[in-house]
Amino acid sequence: MTHNNFWLKKIEISVSEAEKRTGRNAMNMQETYTAYLIETRSVEHTDGQSVLTDSLWRRYSEFELLRNYLLVYYPHIVVPPLPEKRAEFVWHKLSADNMDPDFVERRRIGLENFLLRIASHPILCRDKIFYLFLTQEGNWKETVNETGFQLKADSRLKALNATFRVKNPDKRFTDLKHYSDELQSVISHLLRVRARVADRLYGVYKVHGNYGRVFSEWSAIEKEMGDGLQSAGHHMDVYASSIDDILEDEEHYADQLKEYLFYAEALRAVCRKHELMQYDLEMAAQDLASKKQQCEELATGTVRTFSLKGMTTKLFGQETPEQREARIKVLEEQINEGEQQLKSKNLEGSMCKKGIQVWTNAKECFSKM
Amino acid sequence: MFVSLGRKRFDLILPNGGTPAGTSSPASSSSLLNRLQLDDDIDGETRDLFVIVDDPKKHVCTMETYITYRITTKSTRVEFDLPEYSVRRRYQDFDWLRSKLEESQPTHLIPPLPEKFVVKGVVDRFSEEFVETRRKALDKFLKRITDHPVLSFNEHFNVFLTAKDLNAYKKQGIALLTRMGESVKHVTGGYKLRTRPLEFAAIGDYLDTFALKLGTIDRIAQRIIKEEIEYLVELREYGPVYSTWSALEGELAEPLEGVSACIGNCSTALEELTDDMTEDFLPVLREYILYSDSMKSVLKKRDQVQAEYEAKLEAVALRKEDRPKVPADVEKCQDRMECFNADLKADMERWQNNKRQDFRQLLMGMADKNIQYYEKCLMAWESIIPLLQEKQEAK
Repeated sequence: MTHNNFWLKKIEISVSEAEKRTGRNAMNMQETYTAYLIETRSVEHTDGQSVLTDSLWRRYSEFELLRNYLLVYYPHIVVPPLPEKRAEFVWHKLSADNMDPDFVERRRIGLENFLLRIASHPILCRDKIFYLFLTQEGNWKETVNETGFQLKADSRLKALNATFRVKNPDKRFTDLKHYSDELQSVISHLLRVRARVADRLYGVYKVHGNYGRVFSEWSAIEKEMGDGLQSAGHHMDVYASSIDDILEDEEHYADQLKEYLFYAEALRAVCRKHELMQYDLEMAAQDLASKKQQCEELATGTVRTFSLKGMTTKLFGQETPEQREARIKVLEEQINEGEQQLKSKNLEGSMCKKGIQVWTNAKECFSKM
Repeated sequence: MFVSLGRKRFDLILPNGGTPAGTSSPASSSSLLNRLQLDDDIDGETRDLFVIVDDPKKHVCTMETYITYRITTKSTRVEFDLPEYSVRRRYQDFDWLRSKLEESQPTHLIPPLPEKFVVKGVVDRFSEEFVETRRKALDKFLKRITDHPVLSFNEHFNVFLTAKDLNAYKKQGIALLTRMGESVKHVTGGYKLRTRPLEFAAIGDYLDTFALKLGTIDRIAQRIIKEEIEYLVELREYGPVYSTWSALEGELAEPLEGVSACIGNCSTALEELTDDMTEDFLPVLREYILYSDSMKSVLKKRDQVQAEYEAKLEAVALRKEDRPKVPADVEKCQDRMECFNADLKADMERWQNNKRQDFRQLLMGMADKNIQYYEKCLMAWESIIPLLQEKQEAK
């Protein structure tokens, strides 16, 4: 089967800007939302120069629509996750406001990663709706809805925990599903505790700011100690204000953890779809078998037992491309996890170095007292 | 270093009949001056008296349980019969010494003791940390007396350091007061000072603001410790989650377990920091607040003496007698006042210098502990980075 490859040349995608907009929603009420600029460039093979070929604005809900479409049409593929719809796992100083500039910036990065991952997927990148998402600003929503994908969506997927008795569950998929469940659980826990840790750490740093003020007041009544106290107080202020940047950087780590969380969800969704498919197939096979049997009985007047197991082996014998797909995805995730662990630990290291510097400066001031 | 000529009126009578060198006659006031200056040497090269408090021991008796501390004294002073002494004392003995010093040296600032009462049930009086904190404070108390050119020669202090049976001495009730002590003791509290002289008013204002600022610092430090402990609680939950995650993974298991261990190390380092601050920083801060309170009460006593003098002087003036000479008792009052002023100013200056050294050390210590904490954390994180990089390269 040949697919249309819309991309003749190598492309670069970037979500380069975010802009606040006001408009009217479906109920004709005024609303404020953020629009993101998507720029696509094609890269010349010869000199590596890129030329801007397309640029358009999209809002978060359109990204969601794209993803939902892909989920339905490619049930065996672990579709890359979107950045979170609402800010979750927030610690109290972090804004939960979707309009907050830091939140918007982190969302912009997440949306860019989403598009890049789709573009680098051998199957997903060839999808027409994806191509139109990047190239056709107007009317895109209507085009997607015309595919009728919502009707194709399996409503049973919404019942996440309903069990379907599959007679011959594929161990590889049940293992993956189990793994994704556990991963989701542990990462959610991690994110919750991390938010509390950030909160407490914030408190520790900020209280040190009070030293700044009192050292300054104290220095006013001292002769020889005055200068030392005053400058040490200044360092305490520096220390107290350094936590804002530190925690802002740390949010990127949290974002990456959230990505795994969503990937785990997506993985589970694939396993689930497989489970449902298998269930349907088993039901159909059973149905077929019993009808065949009836035919035979009618034809020959004999009753024969039919091996369902034999049937399913023929259908699900070797590893399907879907299974391979899912497994590759898990490996990729793990590689990414490793990289991101490294980045976050470098972050911790730099925080320690900053702490050492501030306290060493303060110590010097005290020694001059 | 201001030495008042009034000092020559001091007559300290010691058990061995001698007098401390240099304080008994005007002729030796210059050698006294030298001596006092040398005593302020920080490096202690010319010190002739060393006192250490150590070796706390618990005593369990039928009536009570208590702790004693070993006091070791080394001295070449003539006031000491032997070159070295080792005795055991408990807190109430220190308390006794302090009262005696206040009584017998009312014009001088007596260093503070750590708080006497601890709320039972809240603090464990016999825990290692509490005993160690108290030992340090008691050691500081004795060292401050040792460093004082007048207090260190006090005979109660001498007995405290040397007597085998202190209780017997206490019971004797020997109150060999200095003449100054006697006289100040008899000053009735009925006199009110109109205005404090500028220099003493300045000292009073300084002490008020100083105590206020220290109080604020104490509250901030306590708050920081509280926040750090709450942070620690969360960290102790955070680390193990990485272990749980590691159990799910194959290749990532080792790095994740490494992260968990790393967070554990940081938690331990943080606990050490909070313990240090609680045991070393806060008590010293509080001690200084008590110290400035002591100084304020000495200032008030001085005010009393001045008030008495001024009242008597006024009474004489009002008598309209044609007396060219001021009566002896008024002259005595004036002497008393001038001695007191001199002692107080000298003590204040010494206190200011020591305060500067003490706070320099205290605050540098605080900075040091924080630096060490961050260094420990840095080391922990840097040690797992190679582990993570290894995994990277393996891909």
